[in-house]
Amino acid sequence: MTIRSLDNDPRVDQITSGAAALGLAEVSGVAIADLIHIEGDLTDHDRQSLHGLLVDPLLQMGTWDVPTGRAVEIGLLAGVTDTDADTVHRAAATLGVEIDHASSGLRVEFAENADDEAVTAIIERLLVNPIIERWAPGTLDPAPLVGEPAPVDPTIIEIRGLDEHGLAAVNDDRSLYLDLEELIVIRDHFEAIGRDPTDVEIETLAQTWSEHCAHKTFRAVIHTVDPESGDPVEREPLMRQLRSCTESIDASFVRSAFVGNAGVVEFEKGTTIALKAETHNHPSAVEPFGGANTGVGGVIRDVLGIAHRPIAVTDILCFGPDDLPLADLPDGALHPRRIREGVIDGVADYGNKIGLPTVAGAILYDPAYTTNPLVFAGCIGTADTRSIHDGPHAGDRVIVLGGATGRDGIRGATFSSATMDATTGEVAGASVQIGDPIVEKLLIDALVGAEDLYSGITDCGAGGLSSAIGEMAEGVGADVDLALVPRKYPGLEPWEVWLSEAQERMVISVPPRGVSAIAQRCDKVGVEWADVGQFTGDGVLIVRVGDQVVADLDTTFLHDGRPQRHMTAVMPSPKRSGATGRTVTDPSATLLALLRHPNIASKAATIHRYDHEILGSTVVRPLVGAAGDGPADGVVLAEPLDQHGIAIGIGVNPWHGLHDPEAMAFAAVDEAVRNVVAVGGDPDRTALLDNFSWGDPRRESTLGELAAAVDGCCAAAFTFNAPFVSGKDSLNNEYIGADGERHAVPPTLVITAVSHVPDADRCVTPDLVAAGNELLLIGATATEFAGSHLDLVQGAPPDPGVAPAPDPDAAMRYRRLHEAMQAGLVVSCHDVSEGGLAVAMAEMCIAGRLGASIGKLPHDDLATALFSESVGRLIVEVEPRNVAQFNRTMHDEVLNIGEVSESGLLSLPSVEPILVADLADAFNTGTTPLEAEQ
Amino acid sequence: MSGVPALVIAGPGTNRDRDVATALKLAGAEPRIVLARELIESPRHLHDARLAVVAGGFSYADSLGAGRMLALDLTLGLGERLHEFVDAGRPLLGICNGFQVLSRTSLLPGSLGHNAQGRFDCRWVVLDRATKSNSIWLEGIDDPIHCPIAHGEGRYVHPDPESLDAAGQVALRYRSTNPNGSVADIAGVSDPSGLVLGLMPHPENNIVARQHPHHLRGGGGPAHLGLRMFEAGVAHARNA
Repeated sequence: MTIRSLDNDPRVDQITSGAAALGLAEVSGVAIADLIHIEGDLTDHDRQSLHGLLVDPLLQMGTWDVPTGRAVEIGLLAGVTDTDADTVHRAAATLGVEIDHASSGLRVEFAENADDEAVTAIIERLLVNPIIERWAPGTLDPAPLVGEPAPVDPTIIEIRGLDEHGLAAVNDDRSLYLDLEELIVIRDHFEAIGRDPTDVEIETLAQTWSEHCAHKTFRAVIHTVDPESGDPVEREPLMRQLRSCTESIDASFVRSAFVGNAGVVEFEKGTTIALKAETHNHPSAVEPFGGANTGVGGVIRDVLGIAHRPIAVTDILCFGPDDLPLADLPDGALHPRRIREGVIDGVADYGNKIGLPTVAGAILYDPAYTTNPLVFAGCIGTADTRSIHDGPHAGDRVIVLGGATGRDGIRGATFSSATMDATTGEVAGASVQIGDPIVEKLLIDALVGAEDLYSGITDCGAGGLSSAIGEMAEGVGADVDLALVPRKYPGLEPWEVWLSEAQERMVISVPPRGVSAIAQRCDKVGVEWADVGQFTGDGVLIVRVGDQVVADLDTTFLHDGRPQRHMTAVMPSPKRSGATGRTVTDPSATLLALLRHPNIASKAATIHRYDHEILGSTVVRPLVGAAGDGPADGVVLAEPLDQHGIAIGIGVNPWHGLHDPEAMAFAAVDEAVRNVVAVGGDPDRTALLDNFSWGDPRRESTLGELAAAVDGCCAAAFTFNAPFVSGKDSLNNEYIGADGERHAVPPTLVITAVSHVPDADRCVTPDLVAAGNELLLIGATATEFAGSHLDLVQGAPPDPGVAPAPDPDAAMRYRRLHEAMQAGLVVSCHDVSEGGLAVAMAEMCIAGRLGASIGKLPHDDLATALFSESVGRLIVEVEPRNVAQFNRTMHDEVLNIGEVSESGLLSLPSVEPILVADLADAFNTGTTPLEAEQ
Repeated sequence: MSGVPALVIAGPGTNRDRDVATALKLAGAEPRIVLARELIESPRHLHDARLAVVAGGFSYADSLGAGRMLALDLTLGLGERLHEFVDAGRPLLGICNGFQVLSRTSLLPGSLGHNAQGRFDCRWVVLDRATKSNSIWLEGIDDPIHCPIAHGEGRYVHPDPESLDAAGQVALRYRSTNPNGSVADIAGVSDPSGLVLGLMPHPENNIVARQHPHHLRGGGGPAHLGLRMFEAGVAHARNA
């Protein structure tokens, strides 16, 4: 069946404009049709029924004739989940039509005389991802069914007696990405027990010990030297450092930190909040849609995996420049524009379909992200306060819930721990995961409310069942039968079933008496479940296929056998003193250029693709103000009938990190806290998440920068009295180009702050409200331009000077500001960050569509006053009658910089006044790439 | 006054069912969320309810076209029962995906295609009640309703919107911005009786003042709440 749209198919315009944007040759006569292949012995009546199902006569026309003419057809590779085909099967069954096989495809038609090369370029550069799709000119036959039944016998990996070379060969052969020391420990272990490991065992060890799962760098002892004395210094592992910091802060609202799938806090008695943020960088680089899609799905499962109902999703995305010439694109890499389109579609698809508001976020652009795009996805959930599950217990059943297992996402945990190069796309083919948000929605429906029926829960993320059951079995032991695991298709080898990262699966431990109740819930909402074995109590992990044991591992060795890693770091020595100013010849032109910079310019085109309204809880949206286009500092969520809520704020500035990673980390925490305070969050009830995306930590300077950033995080957490409750690191975000050079991401630390909002009716947004109100600046301004956005738009001088230094007094000021907000003294408020005071003031004018007349600046040097990015600052709008009280609340530590005006102009001292309309134009129609496409 | 028994119908992937239930509760109903498959197994749920809403979301992931599979389930599974429900004078509302579902049964005219710009879109809109609207869901509502849209397939298509309007079946129109290319700016349509309404926007997400994006700037207000539609539906069901 070939189905065409009766009206213009918007996908045609997207192809045409997408091709133009990549600088591809124009091709005429583009048309699109959807294909549904159905095999079976169909009667005319069957065909009519299916036609009625597949074709809406007001929108489409459909034909059973095989299409002809110049065209390319695209289909999924064998084994890739084909949702439309599954639906056809289901619908046919409902209609009583018997079919043998269905598959879906896409047909792209071109003018008969279209240039071959141009067509191929469009297909390859824009439309087809060879990781999951195939294509052919003319017509394409449906993908064959995959797989022959696999032999049950596991392969024995002979490692006993191997020397270093032999071990290295095994490591390469199976893409284990283990260290030599680890391979030696594994060899010795199996020599001691007198046998060789099976493939299932070696893969389980590689997965459990992968950087992704074991966080070997964050758990390593770090050796460095004292910069002054030159004496050797041994640092405690970074993870321990972060944990001790949280323990020392000892905040009364923390219920669980750094254990399990997510952090848990309790701001309001009776309700706990689970917080988690994850990265999904490597998968998004090779298959942007699927990578981002399953990144969101994974972090939602993390929250579900600590028995909370997910309520919101966050996303912070980093891409290469949109206008990168194709000639400059490294081999094997997708163009940043395609990555961005795919990632944003992937985030939107999952969040929108599962029914969660996608709220706080950021999008950053830098050439260094071209081959290593970064995708940080976060999720927040709530639950009625209850004790945290303490299972599994011996005797509990091992229940796998959710989607069936296929060959998708094999070795994702190890793959994401590796450095990428031009061949990564090929070797990682099987690492791509395919998401199905509806299945996960059903999992939520089945599990929320079932908390009393299970004793333990964890999600199947990286490492699949191996990771989930392996982790749950730690100390207890388990005996599971892979033959009982539901599969998408036959032909999977045991280790593939065990390691598959097929999405939308959870494992729960259920006391035998609870199994039928769980089964009933699952059957009601339509979630597949399987009882695959039991937790035994003997501490041994047995994996079998029927009677054949394919793995027999001591969980103590599995979880504690990994040798302690020792690493060496060279700590950075950033410039911390002296000031290097900047010359800005035309401040108003510079301000407009900053507003147009893709990092600062409006993200409206992306934000509107996310459903941020669902659940009705979004009180402060990502875009606010008179015309709904002002950038909010943070978002506030509060259930429609609740008084209290939570604020979410993000802090990130990798460019500061290039100059001073420690100061950058402090600034990121400051920014995240500032953002929640700016919208009405309580700084004394604020919890933090850390997400590090770094380069290869085996480079000593890179590890030093990482350690310095952790120092900055801890210093800031103490200063703001805000504990970290969960975190994640993604290392090896590097790419070895065809030139043999390593390209690493800048040190990218994303801090998420989640804060209690005592009164959701008293939130504050950055839109100016009324002429005559006074504008007050909180915080100190210094000449701190290293890593500033001013430098990104006009270039940095040879000596960039210092990055913004920590401000230890910021915490006290935020507390006082919160007090003023609670007293109703603050009309609007905006944090000063990228682009400095001038950009912050401009954004307030844009958001309120009102002018501002600024008479006093915080620094004698104009460039410093307007564009320096010193931390700890906010601009506040206060009614004249409240100014005295506001100043008292702030202990007079404010600077009255001017007032809101009716003029429609932003007037800054010594700067030509700028029309607010021009500011809005620059901000909204700047180079924001998605906007430009529409 | 006891709550009017109301049914919120959900399929696999429906995700605004709880939002609708909250709105119904606030409007004086006693809502119960049922899955289509439960409803098909025990159609008495329909019998017990005085009002029903097919909630929004992505039933069956919108695979093969929004609403098609859930409409197939309901049409084949419930047969004439939905029509009988309406024939008995009971109001039925389809929101977003629920509208897409009802448009694929014979209860509502027209169809919903992909947004003209080809993308999912979430933003607030202002809805005017069409002057000739026969919809009981808009009884007594003269001020425009403010609420968000959140859909990718909301372009309303009908071969003859003028006659539809003349028959009182055009219920709601987008004011000033047509977000998806709908014919004649149509955001919602009803059946000939006025008991069945389908609309793409989400009145269930504007039920308390602070949900309005301009509430801090004095925008919104009680007259523009989407809650008013639920109140009208509940009032009609109560008096029917």
